[in-house]
Amino acid sequence: MSRYQAMFKHLDEQHQGALVPFVTLGDPDRATSLNIIRSLIAGGADALELGLPFSDPVADGPTIQKAAIRALTAGVSQADCFDIIATIRAEHPQLPIGLLVYANLVVSNGAQAFYQRCQQAGVDSVLIADVPVREGEHFNTLARSYGIAPIYIAPPDASAERLGQVAANSEGYVYLLSRAGVTGADATLQAPAERVISALKAANSAPPLLGFGISTPEHVQAAIAAGAAGAISGSAVVKIIEQHLHQPAHMYAALEQFVASLKAATNKP
Amino acid sequence: MSDSNPNRAYFGDFGGQFVPEILLPALDQLEQAFLDAQQDPEFQREFTDLLKHYLGRPTPLSLCQNLPLVSPNGTKIYFKREDLLHGGAHKTNQVLGQALLAKRMGKHRIIAETGAGQHGTATALACALLGLDCTIYMGAKDVERQQPNVFRMQLMGAKVIPVDSGSGTLKDAVNEAMRDWTASYASTHYLLGTAAGPHPFPTIVREFHRMIGAEAKAQMIERAGRLPDEVIACVGGGSNAIGMFAEFIDEPGVQLVGVEPAGKGVETHHHGATLTAGKPGILHGCRSYIMQTEEGQIEESYSVSAGLDYPGVGPQHAHLKSIGRARYESVTDDEALAAFKLVAEKEGIIPALESAHAVAYALRRAAEPDAPEILLVNMSGRGDKDIDHVRKIFAQQAAGGQS
Repeated sequence: MSRYQAMFKHLDEQHQGALVPFVTLGDPDRATSLNIIRSLIAGGADALELGLPFSDPVADGPTIQKAAIRALTAGVSQADCFDIIATIRAEHPQLPIGLLVYANLVVSNGAQAFYQRCQQAGVDSVLIADVPVREGEHFNTLARSYGIAPIYIAPPDASAERLGQVAANSEGYVYLLSRAGVTGADATLQAPAERVISALKAANSAPPLLGFGISTPEHVQAAIAAGAAGAISGSAVVKIIEQHLHQPAHMYAALEQFVASLKAATNKP
Repeated sequence: MSDSNPNRAYFGDFGGQFVPEILLPALDQLEQAFLDAQQDPEFQREFTDLLKHYLGRPTPLSLCQNLPLVSPNGTKIYFKREDLLHGGAHKTNQVLGQALLAKRMGKHRIIAETGAGQHGTATALACALLGLDCTIYMGAKDVERQQPNVFRMQLMGAKVIPVDSGSGTLKDAVNEAMRDWTASYASTHYLLGTAAGPHPFPTIVREFHRMIGAEAKAQMIERAGRLPDEVIACVGGGSNAIGMFAEFIDEPGVQLVGVEPAGKGVETHHHGATLTAGKPGILHGCRSYIMQTEEGQIEESYSVSAGLDYPGVGPQHAHLKSIGRARYESVTDDEALAAFKLVAEKEGIIPALESAHAVAYALRRAAEPDAPEILLVNMSGRGDKDIDHVRKIFAQQAAGGQS
């Protein structure tokens, strides 16, 4: 059983959904980033979604763009990022860890070497933001050969056919979009259409996690009420890092508290 | 159609559709609209009418009267005069084509990226003409550097949004336009400015510029009685070059030469010679050559010519290079500036700095011992936009020379 399967099984037994915070690896620097991730876990994260910093993140809004720039400006390398992951993996052998990347980072030194590195660091899944299912075959084959689950995104307005392809090609979980556009914390959440979730279920999809715009406990509740297996919160988490850049102790406490508040909203009625 | 033929999205190993999943339906819709339009006589009539009566096509073919100055074999250089097109460059051809496609798809809002403002200006004029709402993303640094072009776009009704994320230049403007599109695709067409990006853009942009080479081919036969030995065009993203090359690709006797900006030298970090010094990767929706670091971060390009200042390149050029059908040379800032001056002095034509790169290579080629008889150069744009910039550079050089 994969770490994702074990997590979803365990959460089912507890009548809970999954709470998955996202941060950019190496933001704002290598040492702080490691402590940030530890704070997310201390706050009750069920799994992690971690981004490799990229110079041109077209699927990200301003908050996560700035996080990538902070990491790159601090001189964080891919090796640093994989070191952070390996450290967390050693501390938490059962915690599912997903990687969110852009295609050029995967292919620049050979996709095979990239997936091998993921496996060595203890990554469970890789989502490539600018690789749709149509371009994914080559990546899927390599990912699977290294025991990495490929993840694809289910758009809110996708046809049943396309959702079927997303379901068929994703393992571990499916990244369900709450709305069109780029990442960012919203005031109000657009809950996913029941149509999308039922089409995924009909296609025997891995459990869908709802992302984009998840920034309050109410959003998490709404995601789970709509039938998602959990929620991914990125920009709202990264915003806390941005607000406390010069007070790391406050930052860690605020992150832990924020994640705990979201996690508390994952209880199913 | 539910899925496009994957082969159509690729040129050999290059191309593809590397975009967020959510954009695929918009790309499929665009491809279908394009394929339908290509078969629709009414669309072709409207496009051709605009090309003729609004842009001024066909453009002339001019035989240089005084250049090259040095030529052991008496090489003749012909200019395809895209500089005489309305808008001042070849760019307006494909912008009008895409704007008509947008209307056909019922999309009344247009977004586009621009570097120095040339594509933005072309897009703004097409939108003014066709009654479309126009938003231009432009790097914040470029907005500062190119105030006259910002004013031009605004005069024609476009909204110009400065982009200060990343490096604040063209690649960041592309990123921001793509971000807009992932939220707005239902009502908005992204009018990409070069023969790069995800399929179907490289194909659409090539086909809407194909008349450049088609006209030039017929004009060469009429004027010289035969095809040129080499067809030369500058390459940033590669739209004027692919428009020029398209009709010659299947003519084995014609060599195709793309000229990239070597900036301060390809051995420095200050250039934009992607095919010469970059390596394959994925940027802005396609697999092609990219200027990037060891770890795959995209590098900033540099050229004295803003229109060639892009760290990627169209995927068909990457393919033509890989199969050896085209060769890609590079020309430094200094060489391009010298050619700029020489063409003005000897031919009475002030070329765009972009086109001056192609001319500089043609002059270099004509001086070689094995220089061929006829070179065809795409004079892709005129240099009015560059006058201030070049005047300052020459003034600085003169001051530097005195001290």
